[in-house]
Amino acid sequence: MKVGVVTFPGSLDDRDAARAVRAAGAEAVSLWHADADLKKVDAVILPGGFSYGDYLRCGAISRFAPVMTSIIERANVGMPVLGICNGFQILCESHLLPGALTRNVGLHFLCTPQPIRIENISTPWTNNFQQGAEIVIPLKNGEGSFQCDDKTLDQLESEGRVIARYVGENPNGSRNLIAGISNARGNVVGLMPHPEHAIDSLTGPTADGLAFFTSVLTAMVGK
Amino acid sequence: MATIVVDVMLKPEILDPQGQAVLAALPRLGFTFAKSARQGKRFEIEVDGPVTQAQLAEVSKAAETLLANPVIETFTVRVEE
Repeated sequence: MKVGVVTFPGSLDDRDAARAVRAAGAEAVSLWHADADLKKVDAVILPGGFSYGDYLRCGAISRFAPVMTSIIERANVGMPVLGICNGFQILCESHLLPGALTRNVGLHFLCTPQPIRIENISTPWTNNFQQGAEIVIPLKNGEGSFQCDDKTLDQLESEGRVIARYVGENPNGSRNLIAGISNARGNVVGLMPHPEHAIDSLTGPTADGLAFFTSVLTAMVGK
Repeated sequence: MATIVVDVMLKPEILDPQGQAVLAALPRLGFTFAKSARQGKRFEIEVDGPVTQAQLAEVSKAAETLLANPVIETFTVRVEE
C-alpha cells in the first residue's frame, strides 16, 4: 500500500505526513509538485505549509502544478485524497471540495491543541474512528475559516459531508464549526487541523491523529 | 502600452476580518468618517495597446481562473486611462 505525499515549494509538513503514513504501516512515496507522475500510489496526501508562499490566495497557485492535474484526474475516479491545512486550501482552489478557507476571525495565526469531533466515519480517511469520537490534534493556521454559501452549507450538512467539527468555542469563525469536509463520493477529504502532528505522545499532544492514516489502509485493504 | 486593472473584492456576505481591523484602527487615529471598510486586491497588468475587446475578455477569463476565487470573491476589469 503506497501513499503519496506531495511536496510543493513551501510545503512544511510533508515529512511529518510521510512519517505518519509509515507509522500507520504503509509506504510513503514522495511526490514532486512539478512532476505529473503519481508513481503508482494508492492514495495521496497534500500536506500543510505555505505552498508558493501563499501568494495571491492560499493554494491558488499550487492548484495549477502539474502534479495536481494527475491528482484531480485520479480523485475524480475515486482515489483517496487527504488535504491537511494548506492541502485543504489547495483542494478547495482545485474545486475538488466546495467552499474556501479565509482569514481567521481575529486575524491571529493560531497554534493550539484543538478538540474536534469526528462526524462521519464512512470516508476512507475516518473509518477507524468511532462515530462522534472527540479527539485532540494541533490546529495551526492563519487562514482556516471555512466559508461557503448557504446552499452549499445545507448540502454539506444534509449529505453528511461535514466529517469533523470543532468542539467548544469556534477558533476561527468557520461556518457551523466546520473543521473538515468531504466531496460527494467521500474519497476526497479536507481537514484544517493536523493529524500528522499527533501520532505519538512523544511529539504530539495525543496520538489521536494516527487513525486518519490507518483508516486509508483499512479502506484500501477492504477493496 | 496600456494598463488593464483588475479589482478583486470579497463578496459582501463573506466576512472580512482585515477590513474590520482597518475599520477599528481608523477612529483610534482620530479618523471618524468610516461607517465600514472592506479590503481587496488590485492587479495592474500592462499589455500592448490599444486594448481590444478580445483582450479584455481574455483578462476576464484569467481573473475568473486565477486572480479571483469566484467562490468568495468578485472582480471587475477595466482599462486604466
